[in-house]
Amino acid sequence: MEVSSDRLTAAAFEELAMPLFDQLYNFAHWLTQERTEAEDLVQETYVKALRGLASFQPGTNFRAWMYRILRNTFLTSRTGLKAAATVPLDAEDAPEMPASSGTPESIFIEKSQRHLLQSAIEELPLHFREVLLLCEVEEMSYQEIADALAIPIGTVMSRLSRARKVLREVLQKKLGS
Amino acid sequence: MADEFAAKLDTYLDGELPASEMKSIDIHVRGCSSCAADVLSRVKMKHAVQSAGKRYQPSPEFRQRIQRQIASRPRAWVSRAWMTVSAVLAILLIAGLLNSYIGRERLQQEQAFSELADLHVAALASPNPVDVASSDRHTVKPWFQGKIPFTFNLPELQNTEFTLVGGRISYLEQAPGAELIFQVRKHYISVFIFQEQAAPALRSGSGVRKHVSFNYQTWNEGGLRYIAISDTTGEDISKLAQMLKAAAKS
Repeated sequence: MEVSSDRLTAAAFEELAMPLFDQLYNFAHWLTQERTEAEDLVQETYVKALRGLASFQPGTNFRAWMYRILRNTFLTSRTGLKAAATVPLDAEDAPEMPASSGTPESIFIEKSQRHLLQSAIEELPLHFREVLLLCEVEEMSYQEIADALAIPIGTVMSRLSRARKVLREVLQKKLGS
Repeated sequence: MADEFAAKLDTYLDGELPASEMKSIDIHVRGCSSCAADVLSRVKMKHAVQSAGKRYQPSPEFRQRIQRQIASRPRAWVSRAWMTVSAVLAILLIAGLLNSYIGRERLQQEQAFSELADLHVAALASPNPVDVASSDRHTVKPWFQGKIPFTFNLPELQNTEFTLVGGRISYLEQAPGAELIFQVRKHYISVFIFQEQAAPALRSGSGVRKHVSFNYQTWNEGGLRYIAISDTTGEDISKLAQMLKAAAKS
């Protein structure tokens, strides 16, 4: 979703931004874990994006730009600050846990426990949850994720790998209990 | 090593490996049943996460609210357009009202001048055009004392072409005033003097104007409204007006 016009008009903004509404809301709800907060977050994102149209660089990824606004807005919110504070800054650099034997994901899928998976995603630390959702749900490329989260592409890869591993562990724990 | 390969498998399934590595893993997975099973499991997990991740739907009300909010700019344009239209309509309305007001003022003015013209003609047609007949200003002016609620000065007309014929009491809108009659050659000029508030319709610009076939000039001096009206030239009226103004200031 690259926009190449010299200047994004308000009308063009509406055309580009509204198709993202459902997915932005879904992502916002995953971040905030609460409907009203998610609505406030999405609303603020759209208002900020509309006001900051001039700061959008033509030729760059509009979807990633919108997600970046949403995420930055969330991170500065009370819930966002709290969520971010629960994860040590060096968590992603911590040594990875050895991969568990067996394939809990296949066991889980066989049991079709969708709600269990959702609950496992909820339990993921914020910076793992967001990278995983952007990759799997929004099907963003690594570069898009890097743009949306304003992190290097290498960090996207390592964070994504860690997120998947932690998700498997959480699932395994849930399936074992 | 196994972890490294597993991570690579995820990147492979995300379609983010370089083309050459994608191809080599493709080949490997086809020939390795263990890796093929792992890949299948990861694909299923990807789909499961994708499905589970699509969890929340915004309400239609919320969608409408945002839609309205971001569509506010075009609406602001429409609003501005409406404001412009409203402003134009307001201007037209004000212009209409002003026009109507001006029209009404003009009509009242026309009526007042018609009345004065009638008084002028009636006085001249009367067998006794003046109540005080004298060319002496010191006779005419005191005659009005006690008859009208104001006083005025009359100019010295010696060595001018104007002659004071005399004066009479006149009424405009039930207010008493003075009517002075002057002669210039064979023409008569009536000069009406009223208190300003008695003749609001006569508050118009300076200079000689024409009403029906009469020339007239009106001015304010010392709270009094002067109206000179005659069938003589505007120049004559203007000259007399200057003398009256000068006398009023003296």
